[in-house]
Amino acid sequence: MTGIETISGTPRNLARRKFVDKLMISLCVIAGIITILPLLYIFFFTTKSGLSSLNLDFFTQLPKPVGEEGGGMANAIVGSLILIGLGSIIGIPVGILAGIYVSEYSGSLTATLVKFTTDVLSGIPSIIIGIFAYGIIVLPMQRFSALAGGFALGILMIPTITKITEEMLRLVPQTLREASLALGVSRWKTTLFVVVKTASSGIITGILLAIARAAGETAPLLFTSFGNSFWQSSIDQPMAALPLQIFAYAISPYEDWHRQAWAGAFVLILLVFVVNLIVRYVTRNKFESSV
Amino acid sequence: MLHETSSNPLSDQQENPEDVSSIDIQDSEEHEKESKIAVQTECLSVFFNERPALKDINLKIRKNRVTAIIGPSGCGKSTFLRSLNLMHEMTPKSKVLGSIKIHGNDITESNAVDVRKNVGMVFQKPNPFPSMSIFENVVAGLRLNGNNKKSELEEIVERNLTHAGLWDEVKDRLKSPAVSLSGGQQQRLCIARTIAVNPEIILMDEPTSALDPISTAKIEELIYNFKDEYSIIIVTHNMQQAARVSDFTAFLYLGKLIEFSKTRRMFTNPRERLTEEYVTGKFG
Amino acid sequence: MIVALVFVVSYEMFVDSKQSRDMFGFGFIFSSNWNPVTEEFGALPFIFGTIVSSLLALILSLPVSIGVAVFLSEIAPKSVRTPFSFLIEILAAIPSIIYGFWGIFVFAPFMRATVQPFLQSTLGFLPFFQGVIYGTGLLTASFILAIMITPIISAITRDVLKAIPVSQREAAYALGATRWEAIKMALLNAKSGILGGAVLGLGRAIGETMAVTMVIGNKAQIKASLFEPAYSMASVIANEFAEASGSLHISSLIEVGLILFGVTFIINSLARLLIYSVTRKA
Repeated sequence: MTGIETISGTPRNLARRKFVDKLMISLCVIAGIITILPLLYIFFFTTKSGLSSLNLDFFTQLPKPVGEEGGGMANAIVGSLILIGLGSIIGIPVGILAGIYVSEYSGSLTATLVKFTTDVLSGIPSIIIGIFAYGIIVLPMQRFSALAGGFALGILMIPTITKITEEMLRLVPQTLREASLALGVSRWKTTLFVVVKTASSGIITGILLAIARAAGETAPLLFTSFGNSFWQSSIDQPMAALPLQIFAYAISPYEDWHRQAWAGAFVLILLVFVVNLIVRYVTRNKFESSV
Repeated sequence: MLHETSSNPLSDQQENPEDVSSIDIQDSEEHEKESKIAVQTECLSVFFNERPALKDINLKIRKNRVTAIIGPSGCGKSTFLRSLNLMHEMTPKSKVLGSIKIHGNDITESNAVDVRKNVGMVFQKPNPFPSMSIFENVVAGLRLNGNNKKSELEEIVERNLTHAGLWDEVKDRLKSPAVSLSGGQQQRLCIARTIAVNPEIILMDEPTSALDPISTAKIEELIYNFKDEYSIIIVTHNMQQAARVSDFTAFLYLGKLIEFSKTRRMFTNPRERLTEEYVTGKFG
Repeated sequence: MIVALVFVVSYEMFVDSKQSRDMFGFGFIFSSNWNPVTEEFGALPFIFGTIVSSLLALILSLPVSIGVAVFLSEIAPKSVRTPFSFLIEILAAIPSIIYGFWGIFVFAPFMRATVQPFLQSTLGFLPFFQGVIYGTGLLTASFILAIMITPIISAITRDVLKAIPVSQREAAYALGATRWEAIKMALLNAKSGILGGAVLGLGRAIGETMAVTMVIGNKAQIKASLFEPAYSMASVIANEFAEASGSLHISSLIEVGLILFGVTFIINSLARLLIYSVTRKA
């Protein structure tokens, strides 16, 4: 091959390159479709099996023993709410504060360290956090408890909230901080009442995402909150949770329980879907109206 | 298009740096004996990352006068302005040498928060707080510093908006978000927000560069009217604006003060060749 | 505070696994005998199951993920891109319990009826595809994991591709490159970032608990065949922790957790450093 041919390509070479081009591009499109297929399948299947078993009883009744028809997951739904509430008490303040720190004091060594650790923490398996909560709360108390479960969920919520808080605060223009400081407002008041307030809708989406994620967490609850078939409102006792109940029912051999589990799964998926939809909507507004 | 002789003006200056300022002060004192000093800088140098952005600025800025700072971009005029309310502290690795006296008190060692209550600032781009209404924007500085009496605040809002020439345009929609205003209105809102804190000195960093000519005219009118109550220091890249609104003008070049004199003199009969070349548009 | 948290977590697990560490020493990692009744504990089968299922998942997922990322960032028109990336986000947000549930009731039967017999008839000469077909097992777990980590890897690949300046691509076009050749160049430039994404996905796969527990078969054994049931580190903790009887049993499980923690910690740190190195330059 002469030099000129290598640059412009012989006709056959060009044809081959064009073929490779077409092939790879189509492969990428196919990859996209392959990825979406399971999602649609899961969606479709959960909706089909879930909707048919979803009724008022599901939300209002306690689980029935094996063999009896009907019953619901009311206690598990309430339990999940309590656990998430407990988790929020821990996760939201710590997450937001860490996010503020990383964004507003960026550049310092500790801020970089916190950012890095948060990223790494988000990759630590949730079951490890479960063991940690077990060691710290269950062992000393000698009892599985909602408190331990909430604690584990709280830790799991931190990285999500920190990350989004940081990103949203970074979107707040520097001139707003300066405007507030120029009025003789102190640094922390500026951060809290001007910067955070401006970014509040974004931060709320972060909290929602974290809650949606925590609501589906199962592994860390297995040996902290443990599960319960009855009403339980005191947080130092074992408590039911929706994903725990789904797990227990899913691996059981009973057809009726499977149906209930599908209904639970449907509720969870719906929650995830709705929250993500809200987040999309809010963040899109955020970017368009370049505050 | 610099002349051979002035192509290296700084070396000339460096030989006798005191000359410029001392003549200026004499010159100013001749004409303005009755006026007091609002801001006085002595040997003011500002460094970013150990690199000097301002070198040895000696300047006396008079009370109840408008002082314009002009110069080509990057000459340090914004840096100078921002050092006067310690805003340079926002930039990491910045350092200030020399003294800045405001009404006789050196502020370089003072608490920035206290300084800024007395030295307000209006920025290049209008920057109202987007999460707040028009009303809340005006009183933001007061509220965040603890004043929450409703009746008092209402009075303050009306007074300051009137002062900033915005009251008639917004009095029926004080509750609507500040970002719903036009650019020029937003800038006047920011001015209202600044004067609501009752500063004695107002710093303006190219306050009209983001605005249309009509809005610019309104702001310039405000500046003119504010003279009785405030000492105003305005940074501008627009020499006509400096000529229109200011009493004194300082010309900065490459971080040094080249000339400081009465505005009329600066634009008609400048002392330095470099100044003449700049104001007549030969460079910059 | 968060930094301290990570230290406290590791310290806590280190202390709680003392009994087991004293008892078995390094043999813990290399012994394949796990028997709570006789109080003999060796973690090798779990380590094996975790590594094989995660690596296999990564191999399955990586090409698809890169394809998706390229599709989203370079090929798809905006009208497709927005809803599509939303769906991928949802895919990442679905709780793992639902993947597991779907896995046992829908995907495992599908594997048993279709995929595995097909593999056995075509590639059955390989030791990996021999033996009894259960449906659940290593291969199924790997597939589910692959589905779960694809959104993560593709999201990061897309981000690093975005960080590559447009001018580079234009330069490639200007030299007469085809679209794919231009993309290939961008991918090569972004390779350490993509590697970071892959490692991050691997970390996620290693730590994934519920979905794996439900489909891997939960049998502590080491077999060549991917059809055989196996066990993973996270699953054994999930299954046995709550009802572990002896303190040695608990301690051993915590040691498994400690290994898992250490591995995922290292992997995640590595991944983050790789990703930072690419996105910071932009």
